[in-house]
Order: sequence, then C-alpha cells, then structure tokens
Amino acid sequence: MATYSTNEFRGGLKLLLDGDPCVIIENEFVKPGKGQAFNRVKLRNLKTGRVLEKTFKSGESVEAADVMDRDLQYLYNDGEYWYFMDNESFEQYQADAHAMGDAVKWIKDQDVCNVTLWNNQPILVEAPNFVVLEITDTDPGLKGDTSGGGGKPATLETGAVVRVPLFVQIGEKIKVDTRKGEYISRAKD
Amino acid sequence: MAHRLRARAELLRRVRSFLDARGVMEVCTPVLSRAAGTDPAIEPLQTRYTGPEHPRGVDLYLQTSPEFPMKRLLAEGSGPIYQLAQVFRDGEYGPRHNPEFSMLEWYRPGFDHHQLMGEVADLVNHCLEEQWDVEKIAYVDLFLEHLGFHPLDADLATLRAVAREQGLLVENLADRDQWLDLFMSMVIEPRLGRNRLTFVYDYPASQASLARLNPRNSRLASRFELYFRGVELANGFHELTDAAEQRRRFEEENRQRERKGQRRLPLDENLLAAMDAGLPDCAGVALGLDRLLMLKLNASCLDDVLSFSLKNA
Repeated sequence: MATYSTNEFRGGLKLLLDGDPCVIIENEFVKPGKGQAFNRVKLRNLKTGRVLEKTFKSGESVEAADVMDRDLQYLYNDGEYWYFMDNESFEQYQADAHAMGDAVKWIKDQDVCNVTLWNNQPILVEAPNFVVLEITDTDPGLKGDTSGGGGKPATLETGAVVRVPLFVQIGEKIKVDTRKGEYISRAKD
Repeated sequence: MAHRLRARAELLRRVRSFLDARGVMEVCTPVLSRAAGTDPAIEPLQTRYTGPEHPRGVDLYLQTSPEFPMKRLLAEGSGPIYQLAQVFRDGEYGPRHNPEFSMLEWYRPGFDHHQLMGEVADLVNHCLEEQWDVEKIAYVDLFLEHLGFHPLDADLATLRAVAREQGLLVENLADRDQWLDLFMSMVIEPRLGRNRLTFVYDYPASQASLARLNPRNSRLASRFELYFRGVELANGFHELTDAAEQRRRFEEENRQRERKGQRRLPLDENLLAAMDAGLPDCAGVALGLDRLLMLKLNASCLDDVLSFSLKNA
C-alpha cells in the first residue's frame, strides 16, 4: 500500500479517503509556535465531485489512491456512456455522465482527453484546455461592432453556449478555453 | 525588492531605537549549542563541528530561539537585554513559516507577563507606525466566547462534537492539547486581532514548559501570545526560575518525545546551572520579525518579505 506523508502534499496529489479517491486542490501548512502542526487540505472527491476540507496532523501518512492519468481518444456516445480508446493498447473504456462532468460540453469525436482511471474505470474526464468548435447558432443581426465590448451568446456544435464578440458569425470556428468557458479567438484553419 | 529591503532596515532601526531608549541592552549569543530545547512541537536542525577542542567531532544544534543563553546572561546580572536573532526550526515551511527566520527576543527583570504585554504593544505600534487599541483576553474565556466550551474541563467527546459543528474533519488527535491547538489554529486565530492588538494570556500549564504557574490556579501558566490580523506574532512568559522544576519539565518533554517517536534531546545543563545559581524574576518575549514586516507591508506570505526563502536560499 503506497502512502504519502503530509510533507509530500501538493496540488494534484491523489489520496484515498474513506474508500474514495480524492485529489488535493490546496494544501496549507498551519502551526502554532508552541503546538501541533497541521496541514489544512482542500480536496475534490473524484467519485462524487464534492469538494471537502480536511485537516491532517503534520507528519501523518495517508493512503495513496491507486489512480492513473491516461490520454485517451474520445470515440462516441451511445446516449448513456461516453467511449474512449487508448491509442497504444486499443483498450476501450466507458465513462458515465458523472465522470464526464463539464467535459461533455466541449469534446468532439477524435479529441484526446486526460482521463483519470480508478480500478481501471474512468472517474474523471478532462476536456483539452483549448478546443476549436464551430458556431451553429448566434444572432446574425448584430454586426459592425468591433470594439470587443459587450458580445453575444453563441451556440457551439457540441451544444455549449459561450459569449463571443459581435463580429463572429454562424459557421465560423472559434477557439475556446474550456477551463473558463471563454472565447479566445477566431480559429484560422 | 528595494522597497522590502528598505522596509526591513527601517523596522530594525525602529526596534533598536525603541528598546535602546528604554535602557534594554542589545546582546549576541551563539547560534550553535550542544544542547537543545526539548519542546516536542519544535524540532531543531542539527549540524556537526570537527576540529580543535573536538578532534572526533561534536553534534551541535542550531538555536530554535536564543532563550537559553539569554537567560544565562540574565543570571549573570546582565539586566534587561534584547537580541535580534536568526533562529532555525525543522519541518516548518508555509505561508507563515520558513525554517530560518528572524526573531526579536527580550527580557525584563522585575516585570510580570502583564507588564511585558504593555511593552510589547508599545513596541509593535512603534514599529507599525500606528496606534492600535489593545485587547486582552484569558485563554479560558477565549474558548468560552468563541466555541462555548471550557478548554480544561470539557471532555474529549465535547471537543469532537464541536469540531464536527465547525466542519473540521480530522482524525488521530491523541490528547487535549492537540485538540485545543486545532481549534486555536483553524477557528479562533483567524478571528483575532482585527483592527486591534489582541493578547491571549494564562495558557494551560501543559502548553508552557518555560513559564511559571499561575499562583492562583496551577492548571494555568503565565504565558501570553499576541495576535494581529489573524497572525500569531509573539509569545511571552513570566519566566520559570526554579531550576529543579525546569529540569523535571525538560525530562517530561523528552519522555513525550519518545512516546511520539521523536529523538530525545540533550538538556541544557548550562541553563539549569545558571537557574540554580539564580535567574532573576523576569518576563521575556519572542516576536516574529518577518511576520511583523509581512503585516506592515500587507504581504500575504513570508516569501514576499524575505530576501530569499527556503525556495531559493
């Protein structure tokens, strides 16, 4: 059983807490001058998505979650599961809506995603940080403003809605930052 | 960069002018010692000297505070003294910790801890160039006010229940002091010293191995802490002067260290001999200068005010 001491804690480290895999979001060392040192840790439960705060006595060891991060290619969705493939082993994986989370809003067939596997099951799928998607709907009437202020909603081919500048039109492809859900630029292709 | 260097130089000038004007003498004592403090919560860094006097080498500890040699000077009749010292503690790095930091420590023969709190407040206001109001609250009252339980009388089941109410998820806390440290660090401390200097005094005797016991209640010790803007800034004692009692406490701390799987540390026999010869009745305090500078500059972590921190030292 692999373990991590609190001295190894940092963002991204994956721990097993009460049987669930969790990832550290923030870790802070706290200590009174003449007392017990603690690590105050903010974690995301990778099964439930819930964020929790937990305090550890500094120097304690915590069981590592046996999880792996893999780059997997998205294949298709059958209405219930999203299917991914390892391009080296050709092994396929199915992720449920929970594991997909926000990634469903951004990914298309062929996209390569970082997938966290626990007991060989996807529990967390992250969309690529930047994706290029076509605009399928936006108000065409608003034109001529190039100032960058304001903007308008645009529906993308995956169904996601982002705010875009007024000059961007239906049929154009745009680059989006999936972590913020924000328009970056028009894509040149 | 230039700004924080100038601010530190100015802070040091202000500390010296304040204490010099009050007739407190600046001293220097060794950073290295064959002995170490035994407090299980403070782990010293160790080094080794080999050469004349010690051809086979001798283990030396870097000071975690200049307290022991300064008490030896007091016992020799130095009168009021202060020191600006670099001190070292293993295992401590975070927004408010660096394994090496600047400590201002001073001693006042004839003062008790309440008189010294007054002087600490004056010095801090002088250094910050402010006039913050001063608030004093006893440790027991602090817990009653913020968490509704008596820190010495409440049973452990109550402490666990309050932790749950406060949303604190924690396991494996062994004794009362660990629970109290948890509440102090996570709940109370962040609320202390908002627009004032808050002194907490009369700590549990179990948390003050160098302080004398409160003469009216032996479960309490004459220790105080200063908090400003949620940051622990200084720790002081009405000092224990009884050498036999001090030795007993050091030995008890070494037993605690062994129970926790930590190494025993060599007692400072020079300090104990000096106390035996006669340490004058005095109060002393240690103040974290880097933290004071951090607060003065509205910085969010020590790394922002140190010339170089653990990350790039």
